[in-house]
Amino acid sequence: MLPAFSVIFLTTLIGVGQGLFLAIYTGQIYSMMKLLPAQDSQSFYALGSLLAFGFLAAGLLASFFHLGHPLRAWRSISQWRTSWLSREVIILPITMFLIALYGATHYFGWTEPLFTLAQTQPIDLSMIIGALATVATFALFICTGMIYASLKFLQEWHNPLTVINYILLGGASGFTLAAGFSAYVGADVVGFYVLWAIILTIAAFISRSASLLRNRRLKHKSNLQTAIGVRHTIIAQKAQGSMGGSFNTREFFHGKSLDKLKTVKVTFLILVFPIPMLLLLAAASGIVTVSLSLTAFVIQYLGLMAERWYFFSEGQHPQNLYYQSVA
Amino acid sequence: MSDTNPYDANPTGTFFNRVQTFEVGTFPNTETVHFPKSCLHCEEPPCVPVCPTGASYKREADGIVLVDYDKCIGCKYCSWACPYGAREFDQQLKVMKKCTLCVDRIYDQTLPESERKPACVLACPTNARLFGDVYDPDSEVSRLIRENGGYQLMPEWGTNPANHYLPRRKTHLKIHEDELLRTDNPLKKEGLLPEPPKEQQTLDDIYMSW
Repeated sequence: MLPAFSVIFLTTLIGVGQGLFLAIYTGQIYSMMKLLPAQDSQSFYALGSLLAFGFLAAGLLASFFHLGHPLRAWRSISQWRTSWLSREVIILPITMFLIALYGATHYFGWTEPLFTLAQTQPIDLSMIIGALATVATFALFICTGMIYASLKFLQEWHNPLTVINYILLGGASGFTLAAGFSAYVGADVVGFYVLWAIILTIAAFISRSASLLRNRRLKHKSNLQTAIGVRHTIIAQKAQGSMGGSFNTREFFHGKSLDKLKTVKVTFLILVFPIPMLLLLAAASGIVTVSLSLTAFVIQYLGLMAERWYFFSEGQHPQNLYYQSVA
Repeated sequence: MSDTNPYDANPTGTFFNRVQTFEVGTFPNTETVHFPKSCLHCEEPPCVPVCPTGASYKREADGIVLVDYDKCIGCKYCSWACPYGAREFDQQLKVMKKCTLCVDRIYDQTLPESERKPACVLACPTNARLFGDVYDPDSEVSRLIRENGGYQLMPEWGTNPANHYLPRRKTHLKIHEDELLRTDNPLKKEGLLPEPPKEQQTLDDIYMSW
């Protein structure tokens, strides 16, 4: 498939936003259970939610650039019964709203405990809203991944690993940003976020490698024999009907050489996984924590853009069978 | 959706009806297969459920899959969802377009009955394209599909296209040895026989032999 930069930006940016919110809320739960020091409502939770919201909004803005008629986009909530894209268009504003509400709850200090669980865990409004926002965040990860995984014949994508990769990569990038963010605002939870960012990055490495290995060994169900219905072992295309290109020759193929593809793969494997982990480990040691952790995030994000580009290029659409050669 | 730069360096264009050519086999045992393909108007169209706005729909009455240009937002998801590559994006109008089965032609009352067919079917000089109702078991197309083993493209994806393709037909003639050799030719030669005397009775029609 042809990778579209607007969609690359969309999925990576909202992944970061969702991961960052999950990180912040996880921190709040841990501090409610007294496993982490509680952070300041305004400078940490509210600011962190605002940052997450910013990333989600930036992703939403980027997505408008891949539409022919963005002003009609309001119609795209109507087919939620059948279309994952429609479901994503519904859940994305809901997630953004809930994250914003969570941030507002902290900002305005509406955090008095409402009731207590098991006599020791105080639950306040922000915890409840945060829980709803967490559900919405995971729903958004699933919808975004299923847009691609629901296409039956794009065998490279049609796999649960696609959704798992979206969740783990988004989570890893969000936790890395959370480490950098907490270092920047001087919160003492940097070590916690570094630990979990590394764990998520390792998990993402395992699942992304699993999908790379699976795609390498994939046997495609469609071939020229089923595509034109002639059951002979040797079929070669001699003409496509025209020699100029068309939508079919441009939009379903990345247009780059196999070497370039391999370079992109090696690039993202290095930029997303080992380098950020090393930088985060170095940051956790306490020296120049802010710059190291933020650099880890930037490098991981650039690597994620390459990973998303590679993900789109990996998909081999069966319609390409009809456009093999011009002869 | 006309062609861009048709006479210039990089021409490109739209081709809802693609006639492609494939060579089957290796020389000298080859066959050239010309393969026309337009939207197959599937019974389970994968392009319809994925459209977020509902612009892509299949008509109840005649099963034609169409795009509502007023609702389409041009996200191109339906073109990803079609395994046959039937949909294209119109750069000027910024909506998705596809073969409409000439829906405006086939219902046009101002045309004579015989011309209410898609333009591609009317244009084909060898009558290779046929138009009809696949759900009517007595229609010409249904009969041909049934009798000649008409097949669908890429059946493994379960799209159940309405457009079927009829298999290639080869004309075979079995020539027997004794058809080459006339059994009533006493001289066993295919050359002219000597003119028989006028009184001799013969089975041959001498005017044919001569």
